[in-house]
Amino acid sequence: MRRPVLPGFGLATGVTGVYLGLLVLLPLAGLLAKAGTTEPGRAWALFADPRTLSAFRVSFGVSAGAALVSVPVGLLLAWVLERYRFPGRRLLDAAVDLPLALPTAVAGIALTTLYVPDGWMGRLLAPLGIAVAFTPLGIGVALLFVALPFVVRAVQPVLAGLDPEADEAAVILGATPWQAFRLVVLPPLLPAVATGAALGFARAVGEYGSVIFIAGNRPMVSEIVPLLIVTKLEQYDIPGAALLGAAMLLLSFVLLAGINRLQGRSGGRHAA
Amino acid sequence: MPRSRPGLGEAPAWRGLLIGAALLLAAWLLVLPLLVLFVEAFSGGVAAFTAAVTNPDAAAAIRLTLVVAAIVVPANTVFGVAAAWCITRFRFRGRRLLQVLVGLPFSVSPVVSGLVWVLMFGAQGWFGPLLSDTGLRIVFALPGIVLATLFVTLPFVAGQLIPLMGAQGVAEEEAALVLGATGPQMFLRVTLPKIRWGLLQGVLLCSARSMGEFGAVSVVSGRIRGLTNTVPLHIEVLYQEYDIAAAFGVATLLAGVALLTIVLRAGLDLRGEALRVRGSQARLAVAA
Repeated sequence: MRRPVLPGFGLATGVTGVYLGLLVLLPLAGLLAKAGTTEPGRAWALFADPRTLSAFRVSFGVSAGAALVSVPVGLLLAWVLERYRFPGRRLLDAAVDLPLALPTAVAGIALTTLYVPDGWMGRLLAPLGIAVAFTPLGIGVALLFVALPFVVRAVQPVLAGLDPEADEAAVILGATPWQAFRLVVLPPLLPAVATGAALGFARAVGEYGSVIFIAGNRPMVSEIVPLLIVTKLEQYDIPGAALLGAAMLLLSFVLLAGINRLQGRSGGRHAA
Repeated sequence: MPRSRPGLGEAPAWRGLLIGAALLLAAWLLVLPLLVLFVEAFSGGVAAFTAAVTNPDAAAAIRLTLVVAAIVVPANTVFGVAAAWCITRFRFRGRRLLQVLVGLPFSVSPVVSGLVWVLMFGAQGWFGPLLSDTGLRIVFALPGIVLATLFVTLPFVAGQLIPLMGAQGVAEEEAALVLGATGPQMFLRVTLPKIRWGLLQGVLLCSARSMGEFGAVSVVSGRIRGLTNTVPLHIEVLYQEYDIAAAFGVATLLAGVALLTIVLRAGLDLRGEALRVRGSQARLAVAA
């Protein structure tokens, strides 16, 4: 029998095309065009400015650190959630969604209050000589919060698809737990781990709300690129803001392309 | 399911150690920030909390946030359904491009998501001179806040529906058409019931984010108190003025929305799982 043609192609595609064109394509093109029409001298001065370079170093360095730390923590959470049944498991699963659901400004003031020297965590860390709030370490704490769910959510479905009998067999055949984990469990998880870490990194690099309260925002020390863009805007340096924004946009395109390739390899679907 | 064989990490000591470590890390990294939020909010007593959330500036911020959500959520819901329909039901040139564009706002920094609208409609933007002739304000006014929020929350509904509808296939829709249903009938009676839980999840995520978005909105709002301050921006203003208890008081409203979203989503996930199981059983039945 001939399959009927589904209706609504023109309407759905028209709505989608116009909506995306006006709300995504046009404004992003406007940003790139604004940056592209700035005099090269000005762009050079901006990107050679030590303050700009420092902001990129802080943004990318601390985001990479947070993404790296999120790997073992995320693996542990994913493992416990997928392999064990225990009271509080559903609650733990829901808690992983907190950083995705909590508005960034709310997370920002909460984390700052925790880690200022007389805060709950700050009081414990101050005697050890560790200052978190208003330092790059504080940025790292905020970005770890932001990046953590991505590794967990990327690894969970792959781990669920792994047969526990494989690592059981390894243990029965005499492997130590560490050998069984490293040689049997970890290899099939690696693409998902990398995808999750890359997604967390991409999110962390652009993060603004949860960082600015705890960062202290000192130029050359704890200033991130998104904040520098806001600063340029407040100084009416529109071309400067456009150039930095375009740079961030292009970098996120590169990251997105890389993540797509990773996702192709891990074969899983992930909540973005 | 309890297993007696010696799997990895199945020894009681390992099991207890790993679960304990996971719970401890989650309590420290995830739950503690939420806890401090509520403790600080009520540090001045219930009266101070009530005063903070009923203050006229707070009330104006809540009103503005609800207005923005009331515009953004329906718009992005209609778009999400249309985008999922055309991307999952048809093969055409440019389909991949549409798919990439749908997901793009996810990977753009919130600050850049606001900046693009300043560069469009701000005084030095592409359409700035045109706008100043007409006297219409977009940036530092409601339209700018709506545009920035539309951009940021655009992928949520479509992002839920595209994988769902892709996996569901079109057999039921085709059957409806063969049996004589019109396009709208097919959509309302077959497609909509099939996608309702996923759609609801997307609407939920879109609503929560549209009320909580901070970076993009802070760039386009101009933070005019009582006028263009949304709830997250009002929290920032209070915090910068060292009115900490009030800042946390208002923040608990958004934290409440976030918690509600998580709880409802977990509930919908259960439903979705039940449906998926039933769906696969149905497919097995057809195959047999």
